[in-house]
Amino acid sequence: MERPLTQHIRADQRPLTLKEYEKVGGYEAVRKMLKGMTPKAVTDLVKESNLKGRGGAGFGTGMKWSFVSLDAPNPKYLIANADEMEPGTFKDRILLECTPHQLLEGMIVAAFAIQADISYVYLRWAYKTASTAITTAIAEAYEAGYLGKNILGSGYDLDMHLHTGVGRYMCGEETALLNSLEGKRATPRAKPPFPQVSGLFGKPTIVNNVETLCCLPHIVNKGSDWFKALSLTTDAGTKIYGVSGKVKRPGAWELPMGVTMRELIEEHAGGMQDGLKFRGALPGGASTDFLVEQHLDVKMDYASVAAAGSRLGTGTLVILDDKTCPVGFVKNLEHFFAQESCGFCTPCREGLPWVEKILAAIDRGEGRMEDLKLLEFHTKYLGPGNTFCAFAPGAMEPLQSALKYFRDDFEKHIHEKVCTYQTVMA
Amino acid sequence: MLSTEEIDEIEKAISLVPVRKAAGIEALKIVQEHRRWVSDESLREVAAYMRMSPEELDSIATFYNMIFRRPVGRHVILVCDSISCWVMGYENILAHLSSRLGVKLGQTTKDDRFTLLPNCCLGTCDCAPALMIDHDLYRNLTTERLDEILAKYE
Repeated sequence: MERPLTQHIRADQRPLTLKEYEKVGGYEAVRKMLKGMTPKAVTDLVKESNLKGRGGAGFGTGMKWSFVSLDAPNPKYLIANADEMEPGTFKDRILLECTPHQLLEGMIVAAFAIQADISYVYLRWAYKTASTAITTAIAEAYEAGYLGKNILGSGYDLDMHLHTGVGRYMCGEETALLNSLEGKRATPRAKPPFPQVSGLFGKPTIVNNVETLCCLPHIVNKGSDWFKALSLTTDAGTKIYGVSGKVKRPGAWELPMGVTMRELIEEHAGGMQDGLKFRGALPGGASTDFLVEQHLDVKMDYASVAAAGSRLGTGTLVILDDKTCPVGFVKNLEHFFAQESCGFCTPCREGLPWVEKILAAIDRGEGRMEDLKLLEFHTKYLGPGNTFCAFAPGAMEPLQSALKYFRDDFEKHIHEKVCTYQTVMA
Repeated sequence: MLSTEEIDEIEKAISLVPVRKAAGIEALKIVQEHRRWVSDESLREVAAYMRMSPEELDSIATFYNMIFRRPVGRHVILVCDSISCWVMGYENILAHLSSRLGVKLGQTTKDDRFTLLPNCCLGTCDCAPALMIDHDLYRNLTTERLDEILAKYE
C-alpha cells in the first residue's frame, strides 16, 4: 500500500531537511513542472486527478484554481491554510512538523498553476514545533533557489512568508482568514466576489488546505491515473485519517481514500478500550453529524459519508463510547461553537449561547421536555441558508444527529433530573 | 512609550505588508511578547504608531483569543477543553490544576506565577488530554504528571 504523503516521516518525527527531502525525490515535481509544463497544464492535471480539498469542504482543487484568471495582473496570492483548529483534528500538524518541504513544494506547484507571486503559510499559533520546521524550510528553499526570483532559471518568481495567527476558529474559514491576514477581525466575507477574483488585499487569491497541497508534488510526478488508483472509491488519493477518544491506540494513518469506519476503529486504532462499547463517532471533526453502529461499514469518502447523513470533514474520527454521556459530549461541542462564533451575524451569535445554556441545563438535570423542541428549532433556524457562513450550520450537525440517535439519553436526563453517567462514574 | 526594540520589530512587520494597518495584529503580538499583556496604555501606544484609533485596534485585540487584554502571570497555562480532551479526562486535569494552584479558569495565582486559561483544541487529540504552558506542549497528561510539570516553571 502506497503512502505518498507520510512515507518519509521518521519514527522520531524530526523534520526532513532540504537535503534529505531531495534525496527521496523532493522538488522533482517543481523541476519537472518548471521545465515543461504550462500553468494551465498543471491545473488540468490536478482537475483530472480528482483531488478534492482536504480541509473539510471537499471542493475540487483544480476546479477552484481554474477561477483565477491567468491574465490578471500581479500580485496574486497562494495561501496554505495551516490554521488547524477543528476539534478532534490533528492531521495537518503531522505534515507540518515532519515534512515541511513537502508542503512548500506543493505550494510552489499551486502558486505556479495560478501564477501567484506571493505565498503565505497561515499557521496556527499553538503549533510551535511546526513554526520552527516551516521557518527553517522556507530559509533552506530560498537558499537552494526553489523560492525567490527566477526559480531554477525558469523566469518564475515566488516569495513565501510564514504568518502565525492569534487564535480564532473562524480564521480557518477562507474569507475570514483573508481578513485576519489583512489585520482585521476574522469575520467572513460575502461571496461573490470569490477570493479567486478578489481575495487578499483585493487581489486574486487561492487558499488550500495543508494536506491538499501535500498531494500536489506526487500528482505532478506520477500523474492523475496513479493518484486515482490510490483510492478504493471514486474520490481519489489517500487520506490521513485519525481516531481519538477511548480506543486502544488513538492515532493518525495515511490510508487509501474510502476505507471503512470499522477498519479505522478496529484495525488501526485497535478497537475500543476494554470494557467500553462503541456508541457513535463524529467522522470529521466537531462540525459533522454523528454516525452510529449501523454506519460502521460506511466508506470514509466524501460521497459515502454524505449518503450516510454526515460529512467526511477532516476525516479524523472522535469516538463516543457507552460510558461517556452524549449530552455532555454535545454540550462540550456547543460550548466551543458558542465561544468561537465571530459574532458577525445575529442567529449565530445569539443562537449558539442559547443552545449551550439549554444543553447545560439538561446536563445538570434541570431540563424540560419542551427544551428538546427548542433545540430542534435551533437546528433548523441556525441551519444552512439562515446564517452568513457555514459556522452555525456546522455547529448544528452534531446536535441534530445527537437528538436523533441519542434521544433516550436526553429524555432520561430530563425525567430523572440527573446525569446518570456521572452517577455511574462516582 | 514603545521601546526601540519594539519599534524595530513592528517596522519589520509593516515592511512585509502592502497596507500599514495590516500589521496591527503583529504589532499587538510584538508588544505582548515584551510586556506579557496589552494594557490600555500599551494599546494606545500601538494604535498611535499604527495610525489607527485605539477603538479600532481594540476591536481587533479583543477579537483574538491570544491577545491578553488583562494581566497574566509569568506563565500561562492553556488547558485544552475541546472534545477529545474532554472525553479523555479534561475535567480531572482542570480540577487538579485548580486545587494545586488555588485559582479558577481565568485567574492568576497570588504569586503571579501562573494564569490558568481554557483553550480550544490543541490538535494533538490522539495524545489527549493535553495542555500548553507558554510555548511548551504537554500530552497524555495524568494528574500525577502535572505536579512534576508545574515544578519546571518558576
